[in-house]
Amino acid sequence: MKIECQQLTKVYEATNGPLSSLEDVTFSVDDREFVGIVGPSGCGKTTLLKLIAGLLEPTSGRVIMSGAPAEGYPRSSMVFQDHGLFPWMTVLDNVAFGLQMYGIDRAERRDRARAFVDRVGLSQFADSYPGQLSVGMGQRVGIIRAFVTDPPLLLMDEPFGALDSQTRLVLQEELLRIWGEYQKVVIFVTHDIDEAIRLSDRILVMTGRPGRILEEVPIPLDRPRELTRRKPAAVGEIKWHIWGLLEEQVRKSLWVAD
Amino acid sequence: MREAAPPEFSGQVERWGPALSALAVLAAWELASRTGAISPMFFPPPSSIAVVLWRMLMGGELLVDLGITIARVIAGFVLGAGLGMLLGMVMGSSPRLGAQLDPWVAALHPTPKIAVLPLILVIFGIGEASKIMLAALGAFFPMLINTIAGVRQIPHIYFEVADSYGAGRMQTFARVVVPGSLPLVMAGARISANVALMLTIAAELVAAQRGLGQVIWFAWQTLRIEEVYAGLFVTSMLGITFAYLLERFTRWVMPWRSGVRNASR
Ligand SMILES: Nc1ncnc2c1ncn2[C@@H]1O[C@H](COP(=O)(O)OP(=O)(O)OP(=O)(O)O)[C@@H](O)[C@H]1O
Ligand SMILES: [Mg+2]
Repeated sequence: MKIECQQLTKVYEATNGPLSSLEDVTFSVDDREFVGIVGPSGCGKTTLLKLIAGLLEPTSGRVIMSGAPAEGYPRSSMVFQDHGLFPWMTVLDNVAFGLQMYGIDRAERRDRARAFVDRVGLSQFADSYPGQLSVGMGQRVGIIRAFVTDPPLLLMDEPFGALDSQTRLVLQEELLRIWGEYQKVVIFVTHDIDEAIRLSDRILVMTGRPGRILEEVPIPLDRPRELTRRKPAAVGEIKWHIWGLLEEQVRKSLWVAD
Repeated sequence: MREAAPPEFSGQVERWGPALSALAVLAAWELASRTGAISPMFFPPPSSIAVVLWRMLMGGELLVDLGITIARVIAGFVLGAGLGMLLGMVMGSSPRLGAQLDPWVAALHPTPKIAVLPLILVIFGIGEASKIMLAALGAFFPMLINTIAGVRQIPHIYFEVADSYGAGRMQTFARVVVPGSLPLVMAGARISANVALMLTIAAELVAAQRGLGQVIWFAWQTLRIEEVYAGLFVTSMLGITFAYLLERFTRWVMPWRSGVRNASR
């Protein structure tokens, strides 16, 4: 599956007038590619993912998907920032929600959901409600809810934000494994440059609002990657390069009042 | 610095405090009435009210009146609150329809419903229908308004999640709109039940042959003050019972609300 974003622009109708969130964003993602997106807060990263997911209509421009599965079958799943778990459903029902929407019968969807719940160490909490979970546990549930429907495209909006670094590492590895095994396209938003470098084939660095693509940075690291191993020196260079780009953008977006 | 009471002691006070204070008030009332400090004409001693209440209960007539009132309240509540909930879900989910109907609700809701009784009597006659309709009318608006608010306060993210998994309208309604609005819907149900009881009693006071309202009214007309109190007591017990049952029901339909750390979610 291949994704092309062509001159995507999104202007929100906010209460105090139109608010330009994304401007002329063009890029494409290859089949089986893992793309990271970094950018200053409020630059439109979430907006971009929602446009790709089809949850928002672009003001202009378009998203083209080729080689996508037929209608009625999931094309993409989104891991939402702040996870968006339904407070009124148990963990298991939350995870099985997507499967239910795709018409999979109760026994099978519960089995599949439970396998994922077990895999992220939440077996004991399958029948708990999200309000009874810690922030990091909730985030894990949000992630597996998207995984369980097994779509060819995963859109992940800062999915590991609230996790401790060990859990984060385990889930990063798990994500890479699933990505490699099931040959998915992943578009991964993060504010953690290290994380973006560890996971991605390519990183899109965005400008401050209205967000544009400032630079595409390829990550020349071999696959499969050993996340715990020491990184080659080139990685340090890339990191400082991205840092430099971002710092300038963050400064601008913090100080330019509008 | 004062010593705090030991925990077992304050726990006991918390548990038995309300019962003890109620007993104290009753005892003071009994004493004041018996000694003539307050007029036994208006405030007969609780013990004689209890005796009269017992006799009325044993006579069986009071139970019939109680049953009639319960039937009216439940019929009015189910009809009014049910319609209020349905319309509220629709108005809450559809911004366009909501905008059209909001002014109607704002105009009709503040009218004291009891003032409509004569009109209802004209339309529905003096039979059972008129009392049920008045109770239904009263139960309708609190439920409607709470349900609309309940649907509108559901965070947008949940609709996006449902949308992202391809949920259709009915699925979104069943899995997001209904459970998401439930906390305010159930709060509305409690108000509706109370208003339904209030209006049923009010209608019975002036326009009924039977029912608790008629028991109180008839006792007043014949100056049997103990029976007035007995009728009042039964009515208030009925209100408390409805509130209790609804509370239990609320817990049952919203299991995620009990034992939740962050109860606001
Ligand atoms: N529904 C909306 N209505 C109006 N404005 C919105 C809406 N959603 C987002 N915005 C605005 O669009 C801009 C981009 O928002 P978005 O959530 O996409 O940023 P982001 O890059 O994901 O930020 P963060 O890193 O903080 O999550 C922000 O300025 C935000 O105020
Ligand atoms: Mg965001």
